Amino acid sequence: MARVVVDVMLKPEILDPQGQAVAQALPRLGFDGVTDVRQGKRFELEIEGEVTEERLAQLRNAAETLLANPVIEEFTVRVEPWARASGS
Amino acid sequence: MGPRIGVVTFPGSLDDRDAARAVRLAGGEAVALWHGDEDLRGVDAVVLPGGFSYGDYLRCGAIARFTPVMGPVLERAADGMPVLGICNGFQVLCEAHLLPGALIRNDHRKFNCVDQALRVESTDTVWTNAFASGQDIVVPLKNGEGGYVADDATLDRLEGEGRVVVRYVGDNPNGSYRGIAGIANERGNVVGLMPHPEHAVASLTGPGTDGLGFFASVLTALLHDREWETTRKATDFTHDHETVARA
Repeated sequence: MARVVVDVMLKPEILDPQGQAVAQALPRLGFDGVTDVRQGKRFELEIEGEVTEERLAQLRNAAETLLANPVIEEFTVRVEPWARASGS
Repeated sequence: MGPRIGVVTFPGSLDDRDAARAVRLAGGEAVALWHGDEDLRGVDAVVLPGGFSYGDYLRCGAIARFTPVMGPVLERAADGMPVLGICNGFQVLCEAHLLPGALIRNDHRKFNCVDQALRVESTDTVWTNAFASGQDIVVPLKNGEGGYVADDATLDRLEGEGRVVVRYVGDNPNGSYRGIAGIANERGNVVGLMPHPEHAVASLTGPGTDGLGFFASVLTALLHDREWETTRKATDFTHDHETVARA
């Protein structure tokens, strides 16, 4: 078993109303010094067996097809180190 | 019989019945299509209605885009079949890359529900030929994620090719880039818009009847095609007949 993490973020030029709402709420709660907030999504994919390069390529394809909309979002795909090291 | 217009119901669709009613009021035959359908039951056009397909999980329209019914919809849209996406349907068309750009959360972060003034900027589509160019119409707008976004090159191309079909009049209700409310594909057979023409088809239940124009337009376009087909077949017959006579 391994875990592959896909992080999805709106492209910098796309407006992020949710991030803005969070950015405005922080100082109201006394958390100062945050100049900007962008909100994204994190997917944790539990994978059977070993994550080969071929498997990873498939998952990148899945991220591009379904998990992210490349028109407005960018994404990264990576194998979670601890999950791979534990081998469980 | 009037042309057959399919209306797709996804899990979470809300406005499929209103869309079917709009089709009937305009003089067409409404055909119910299910998200699991693998064929389109011989319809001449398809409406993807508003609502919250699959709970808007992941992104609006992202999951509906991969339902079985969307296979033949995409295939036939590429062959010129008229497709109209309203609100969630517009989001599905963008997710399916049948239309460029995407819809994101309204810039003010609130759900909108208003009778919205729009300007019809392109009447060169099968869904807007009944309007006059530059005509102002009022139809309901109701959504939380109606902000149309695309990169500048795409926006310039849409404007340059006359593919901005409807634009918001007055204050921008949701932060859509360049006030864009609806767009068309290059051929003009696929149109998506956030406002709801199917809710403006009878004065008792809507702000007026301006929305009927979208449904009347496609019926006109389809009947025109059908007449042309009939004429062509008649001409073919005459040719055959002449050939036989000459022989």
